[in-house]
Amino acid sequence: MSNYPAGDRGFLGDPKAPGFLGWIFSTDHKRIGLLYFWAIVTFFCVGVLLGLLLRLELFSPGVDFMSAQTYNATFTLHGVIMIFLFIIPGIPAAFGNLIMPIQIGARDVAFPRLNLLSWWLYMIGALLAITSLFTGGGPPDTGWTFYVPFSTQTASNASLALFAVFIIGFSSILTGINFVTTIHRMRTTGMGWFRMPLFTWSLYATAWIQILATPVLAITVSLVMVERLLGIGLFNPTQGGDPVMYQHLFWIYSHPAVYIMVLPGMGVVSDIIPVFARKPAFGYKAIVVSSLAIAFAGSLVWGHHMYTSGMSDNAVLLFSFLTFVVAIPSAIKVFNWVTTLYKGSIALDPPLLYALSFVLLFSIGGLSGLVLGAASADVHVHDTHFVVGHFHYVMFGGAGFAFFAAMHYWLPKIYGRIYSKKLATIAWGFMFVGFNLLYLTMQIVGVKGMPRRYYNYLPEFTDLNRLATVGSWVLAIGLVIMFANLFHSVLRGTPVGPNPWGGASLEWQIPSPPPTDNFGENDPVVTHGPYDFKEAGIL
Amino acid sequence: MTPHLHKDYVGAKFGMWLFLFTELILFGGLFILYAVYLSRYPAAFIAAGAELDLRFGAANTLILLTSSLFVALSITALRLGKTRQSLWLLAATVASALLFLVNKFFEWSAKIQHGLYPASPELQAREIGETVYFNLYYLTTGLHGLHVLIGAVVIVWVMVFIRQQKVHRDDWVILENAGLYWHLVDLIWIFLFPLYYLVL
Repeated sequence: MSNYPAGDRGFLGDPKAPGFLGWIFSTDHKRIGLLYFWAIVTFFCVGVLLGLLLRLELFSPGVDFMSAQTYNATFTLHGVIMIFLFIIPGIPAAFGNLIMPIQIGARDVAFPRLNLLSWWLYMIGALLAITSLFTGGGPPDTGWTFYVPFSTQTASNASLALFAVFIIGFSSILTGINFVTTIHRMRTTGMGWFRMPLFTWSLYATAWIQILATPVLAITVSLVMVERLLGIGLFNPTQGGDPVMYQHLFWIYSHPAVYIMVLPGMGVVSDIIPVFARKPAFGYKAIVVSSLAIAFAGSLVWGHHMYTSGMSDNAVLLFSFLTFVVAIPSAIKVFNWVTTLYKGSIALDPPLLYALSFVLLFSIGGLSGLVLGAASADVHVHDTHFVVGHFHYVMFGGAGFAFFAAMHYWLPKIYGRIYSKKLATIAWGFMFVGFNLLYLTMQIVGVKGMPRRYYNYLPEFTDLNRLATVGSWVLAIGLVIMFANLFHSVLRGTPVGPNPWGGASLEWQIPSPPPTDNFGENDPVVTHGPYDFKEAGIL
Repeated sequence: MTPHLHKDYVGAKFGMWLFLFTELILFGGLFILYAVYLSRYPAAFIAAGAELDLRFGAANTLILLTSSLFVALSITALRLGKTRQSLWLLAATVASALLFLVNKFFEWSAKIQHGLYPASPELQAREIGETVYFNLYYLTTGLHGLHVLIGAVVIVWVMVFIRQQKVHRDDWVILENAGLYWHLVDLIWIFLFPLYYLVL
């Protein structure tokens, strides 16, 4: 299959849907994926700026340039933007839309118009979240967890932010429904369940969590809104309610949401490693089953966020045990990735570099998670910077680096142009060093006893905090180089053919950028697995 | 907008079922709260539950069950090509929905006249568990009432589609999905009715 004649830009320049309106009302999964992608990258950059400001305030003890209230609002925004606008939709909505239908040989998702509605809901939610900063009683200051009773009493504009979360949650549910239906119903001839690429499998597991967990968040934030607006407080002790019930309901969603964030990242890595090791994925079925096992077991561990909130010892023991159980499928994945690399013919291109950092950083994050999962240790480090460090290792080192890996892996496919590999590697170097400087230091200062969510700290923590802040600058330099390199490549990069990396899954068998209908006249017929490089004629 | 070249009925219904799961789980949050607070304040829940008027609840149960029958019959009618009959049956469903809401309005008004509404002086004078019960009662039945309203709007919308021949005897999956949604609204009530009116 040859690439296009010069000047044809595939779905990017579809003559049937020209101009800006042709994009924002498009039902093409690739266009919607790109709409998500650019929105998500924009919000990520805003979130990074807020994070840098937080680190800057922590450069010295005492007030540097933020009051306590401003600091509270800033970390709330940083959290809400990064969680609800970047990580949760990040890989599934952007790269899931762009790549998943092609990977299963479909021409679109099952419900294209619903897909467009999801994007609109996401943008409306994002707009409401931003509006909440400038209206009412000022930016919300509750933290992204919106714990009662503070969230029902604060004078800041929490109601609008909660409503924004509700809307974005609805968008997430609709995407989940769309993906599960698509994967069940739209696989092409020969695309059996166990011939699906592991990225698609991870999206399948993720979509189920989106469907089953997000409604709990919807009802929970609605109840907080109801108390703020109507005064009916089901979590309010003066009306017989129990604030701890809020935490239960919130984490029944928000812990599985952690797996909404990280499972797609695992899928990206599972797709990238075989291609760059030139070897079929080791333990394909084990990776599939472990994805489903994580989705299942991860739904039963929410209580480990609440060891210090007041729970019976039996419940603590049970949640602690279940938390350790989740480590098993996660470790199965890590072992399978490493074994795939073993004796492979490794090409250390940028996508693999980012994928490998995912494996390392996620492992560090996961292992520090076990410290928190053990109730006896958790009580001592609860609400310290150790938690913040752990969380960022899993979320940023995990989901974030997987998002970067996906960008370096698939953007050449989408735009038909490739970035400078040298600059991408330099950017990775800065980010990897800066990342560890920032978050490993946070974990250390946390073990030494520095609490989270304070703008101020004791003087003995000064050196470590300065080190972390310097790390945030190194990380930021890496991010700037990475994005500049990628954005430049989108416009002026070197043109590439259909299969720059030598992948065997379906997205590499069609031109770059893909045509609007993906596969031309005839639906593809699949005769081999996604990592059968020999059968695909690549090796 | 790209024309839909093929219609996947199984897929459309599959997607609807997934959506219905999410609705069930939405109410699930309130059911969890009901379970926890019932175990915490059993006596107060029993006392407050006795205040509800069984006749209102029973009438509404009957109305919703009948309306579910209307929807099911209207789908069969449309598939047999009896478009007029199908439309009349859907109109009967919408009428039932409105009747349900009117009934609910009178039930709530009566409660409010007796001083039984959230944060009322009457409730504050009683045991705190009764406040929890009535908070839950108003929020759960309120959310359900909202779903009745949404369901009625959806059915009216499908009726317009039938009139415009967009939904007809050979292409009726939209009507069937609307019917599924209506049955869900009915089903949730089937759980609310015993929880609030019967078992206490």
